[in-house]
Amino acid sequence: MEPFRQTAHALIKLLEEKKTSTKEIHDALRERVAKVDPSIHAFISLDGDSETPSSISEGLLHGIPIAVKDNICVKGRLTTCCSKILAGFRPPYHATVIERLIGAGSFPLGRTNMDEFAFGSSTETSCYGITRNPWDKERIPGGSSGGSAAAVAADLAIWALGSDTGGSIRQPASLCGVVGLKPTYGRVSRYGLIAFASSLDQIGPVTKDVEDCALLLNVIAGHDERDSTSAERPLPDFRLSLKNDIRGLRIGVPKEYFAEGLDGEVETSVRQAIDTLKRLGGEIKEISLPHSRHVVAVYYLVATAEASSNLARFDGVQYGFRDEAGDLLSTYAQTRAKGFGTEAKRRIMLGTYALSSGYYDAYYLKAQKVRTLIKKDFDEAFTHCDCLIGPVSPTAAFRIGEKINDPLAMYLSDIYTIPVNLAGIPAMSIPCGFTKDALPIGLHLLARPFAEETLFRVAYTFEQNTEFHERKPDVK
Amino acid sequence: MIDLKTVQYVADLARVRLSEKEAKTFTEQLAKILTYFESLKEINTDTIEPTSHVLPLKNVFRQDLLKKSLPQDEVLAIAPKKKGSFVKVLRVIETG
Repeated sequence: MEPFRQTAHALIKLLEEKKTSTKEIHDALRERVAKVDPSIHAFISLDGDSETPSSISEGLLHGIPIAVKDNICVKGRLTTCCSKILAGFRPPYHATVIERLIGAGSFPLGRTNMDEFAFGSSTETSCYGITRNPWDKERIPGGSSGGSAAAVAADLAIWALGSDTGGSIRQPASLCGVVGLKPTYGRVSRYGLIAFASSLDQIGPVTKDVEDCALLLNVIAGHDERDSTSAERPLPDFRLSLKNDIRGLRIGVPKEYFAEGLDGEVETSVRQAIDTLKRLGGEIKEISLPHSRHVVAVYYLVATAEASSNLARFDGVQYGFRDEAGDLLSTYAQTRAKGFGTEAKRRIMLGTYALSSGYYDAYYLKAQKVRTLIKKDFDEAFTHCDCLIGPVSPTAAFRIGEKINDPLAMYLSDIYTIPVNLAGIPAMSIPCGFTKDALPIGLHLLARPFAEETLFRVAYTFEQNTEFHERKPDVK
Repeated sequence: MIDLKTVQYVADLARVRLSEKEAKTFTEQLAKILTYFESLKEINTDTIEPTSHVLPLKNVFRQDLLKKSLPQDEVLAIAPKKKGSFVKVLRVIETG
């Protein structure tokens, strides 16, 4: 038995039966990372042995570690959003999700690579360099949680945390052939998640199968008074919705998600997945989300406006990188010029422009109004559907360097994932096929706010009746 | 449409110093992106309320309880420059 190949729920069983030990799992993972990660670069740092006190192995998770995206604060450990401006930043507190994981008997294995401040769909904008897709090392792993998805896909981690503002969990999960969930806005506390766009951000699981996804959401979800937008809602045991039965479930297929721009192989796999769900008893119906055409414009106005405001705090005064230049104003401008990478600057510029006097109404306010219409499209769809289904990404993993110099082309690769964040609903990516070049394809499942249980039920049923999740990349 | 002068003005507002080359590239790229955004103008939103937040939340209160703040030494430890128990910053007020 190679512990690093296992899921967390399988390891929990093995640990309970005393067939493996926490130490054996840690040692196997460290050895695996040392051997394989130099060619993938999923991790930017590993936590030392000092982070694995024996007392931790007592909880539900028995000391099974977790890979953590570099924008989630871990007390005393470098947390930099893969940006030079946070060079040397060691948070004086844990994010709520980290506290909960430690409370449940897990702990951080290391920080995973990401696009700088989660600005990107390819993990190419990290100040630490790129991450390679374990299925084809000449291709990107997706982004921005590319390190987390690549780590899980290549068995460098049992599971991982990512964050999703416009698809940053689901798109890399899709491109790396793993399971990724963006919970409902408000389901998981954002305390300690370094903010990108506060009305869109959510932390979520990246896992090898649907059961681990439910198990991890059980641990991290729930109200937190330190995040006033975290919802005070009853918290179900999500594992109870892992039922191999979708009979009678109404599944909507938005026709706009199968229009121009969708790759033929991706479309074929997703349509086959829809047929599979139909065969399993799902009631499939075509529906329409009429404002889909406008989601990229709305998102890149709302998200960059919020980002430009959130990133104003990085001024070189209280923490992180500072480059002094005579007076205070020049120090701000120079610190930010040297601390931020190109995509971060571009988004700060776009957001500042959209919020500036004279352009606010035409861009930011207009985008917020169209956001209302996008949300209403989903409200309407969910009056007669329990779940929506479509592709996660218009193509499988693209080549390294292919889109990095064309920001608009990069932004358009998020077209299916961003409406979910604008509407605040939960959505999941699960493996549903491969291209002829053996690149993974993901299936996108969307549900009503706080209806993650529906996602788990559909995803679990699909997984139990298909074998896509069992195929692994050949990484040595 | 956005021009070099506007880009430099926005960079000042955002407190980011741009090199000439960056300003030129951003002008071209932002122009292309903003042209793409023009499609929003087709939609009549006269009677539509803006959405800034998806949750129906209003005035979230908590108990006003005394709690320990972060230890001063741990917070100072991450400051780029410090003096004694203070974060050291550049002079804000000019001396006469």
